Amino acid sequence: MAIAAIQILNTMASLALISLGLAVIFGMMRVMNFAHGELLMLGAYSVQFANAYGVNIWIAMFVVAPVVVGLIGILIERLVIRHLYGRMMDTLLATWGLSLFITGLVTMVFGNVTRGLSTPLGSFEIGGIRDSSYKFLIIGVTIALFVAIYAVLRHTRVGLIARATMDNPRQVGVMGINPGYVYTATFAVGAALTGLAGAIMAPLTGVLPTMGAAYIGKAFITVICGGDAIFAGTASAAVLFGLINQTTTILLTPEFGEVALLLGALLMLRILPSGLSSLFSRRAV
Amino acid sequence: MARVPLAIQLGAIALAGAAVIVALPSFIGYDTILQITLNFAFAILALSLGFVWGYAGIFSFGQAAFFGLGGYAYAAAAINFGDSTPAILIGVLLPALFALVLGYFVFYARLSSIYVAVITLVVTLILYKFMGQTAKPSYMIGNAMLGGYNGIPAIPPLNVPGRPDLFAGPEEMFVIAGLTALAVYIGLRVLLAARLGKIVVGMRENELRMELLGFDTRFYKLVAFVIAAAIAGLGGVMFANWNAFIDPHVFGLGFSAQPIIWVMIGGLGTLIGPILGAFILSTLSLELGTQKTIDINLILGLVFTVFVLLVPQGIIPTLRKFWTDRRPARDPDAGANASREASSHG
Repeated sequence: MAIAAIQILNTMASLALISLGLAVIFGMMRVMNFAHGELLMLGAYSVQFANAYGVNIWIAMFVVAPVVVGLIGILIERLVIRHLYGRMMDTLLATWGLSLFITGLVTMVFGNVTRGLSTPLGSFEIGGIRDSSYKFLIIGVTIALFVAIYAVLRHTRVGLIARATMDNPRQVGVMGINPGYVYTATFAVGAALTGLAGAIMAPLTGVLPTMGAAYIGKAFITVICGGDAIFAGTASAAVLFGLINQTTTILLTPEFGEVALLLGALLMLRILPSGLSSLFSRRAV
Repeated sequence: MARVPLAIQLGAIALAGAAVIVALPSFIGYDTILQITLNFAFAILALSLGFVWGYAGIFSFGQAAFFGLGGYAYAAAAINFGDSTPAILIGVLLPALFALVLGYFVFYARLSSIYVAVITLVVTLILYKFMGQTAKPSYMIGNAMLGGYNGIPAIPPLNVPGRPDLFAGPEEMFVIAGLTALAVYIGLRVLLAARLGKIVVGMRENELRMELLGFDTRFYKLVAFVIAAAIAGLGGVMFANWNAFIDPHVFGLGFSAQPIIWVMIGGLGTLIGPILGAFILSTLSLELGTQKTIDINLILGLVFTVFVLLVPQGIIPTLRKFWTDRRPARDPDAGANASREASSHG
């Protein structure tokens, strides 16, 4: 039972973690980034590559991967997304074209093979069932990231500027801050968080050019079901869908877990079209 | 230029097209026949997306999934019945039914187009995984094994209704697929000229206004979505026939990407554009697929992104615009007419 509880918590945390970067980009900028899966994949490659060249695994995971993917995010924002603000459908299509491009590029460079990465930390044992201690790391990191981002957005000057820019870029411009930089920075932060998530997931799944496809479905569903209050919404959607997914997985198979997640999402959106966060107060972020 | 009445125009296209399709197999080689038959199946898929995206304004990531469902339904039914006639019907109805249920949830919840895109993508991804794990013997539909990632082999070909011994060879299949694609094109042209077509295009242009005029846009979106799914299913039936085999890759991201690229590059808001896109790009993909130096996704992704940024209307509307801009306007209304023509007729 304790094991099941940890597994359910872990699924919730993983969902929240892989959705966080997408939530930042979609929630703040209204850009649906269809290359999200590829940013996760690039994060995974960064940690695998850095580790293979002798960088300490924790530095590779928590420093190299977010920095590399954040820089790629800046590049994507400057080259593509910048030209399409306000055209949501076109941004979706352009980022989706990018996702194909990045998959193709990585396949060409690294080959269509799965690279392994050993899972750090050992295992723990409860009631005769062994499981990886890495699960605790995922849970801990996810909680820490959510708290940190919430605190930054709510209580710091940078967070205030970011929220103000999303609300009214012109007014922010009048006050002497270039909204263009704020957009670039926001996208870069979202990309960096995605890269970090990909790096953390890498030891569990192996690293492969098409690995993004395994995550994007869940991440998209979690973010769009979250609704307007992006962090509270994403967190609560991750809790709800993590519970549905993992319970169904334990009872049936992982495939049915995903089907149940989708059905749950469709039902939920039918009842609450503006997402889970429409249940909370307006002041939530 | 005097406008030719639509009925005459379409009649001429139907006759000329049918004549070419029936005559062509005698002049081209076996390989080309097979390749073009596949292109016809893809053209039907492209038309379904061209309609639902270009005219109804609903971006559906799931057209390939409906195509795949049609193929799978045909395969399972044809293996069980031994006769292709009811199987074709099932291959069209199953995706339509699936779209009806899915569409009810998304359109009656009034989800925005971004949400619809995301949900249709997720459905496609889940179908891929789900069909992949059906290798266990428990996944049998009558006598048909779904076979997981190995797919369903030896799908019976189309036959003369009631006579399973008289089945279509490659040349007959070419003609059947070609005429089906032509019929779908003509059918969509007629539909777009009819009341339903006008409502659907009106909805794309201004949903709120249509609603204020008293149309239930949720209902019409659902109708357009279901029609498109049925057409995609028909394409899937042709595909399963061409291949005599179907596997879950039709639900994969790479395959789902293709119709979107065809429609986007051929031209959104036209019907001939998607057909052209399907023919050119699937032939190109085949050529590029034979060489190993450059990954096909890299090229398709790059071309697609560049098109979204620089030529968002696609090839056909851009050419049309170029053509009408070059001609001197005889009366002040000519330009307006021309652009209306470009946006409302395929």
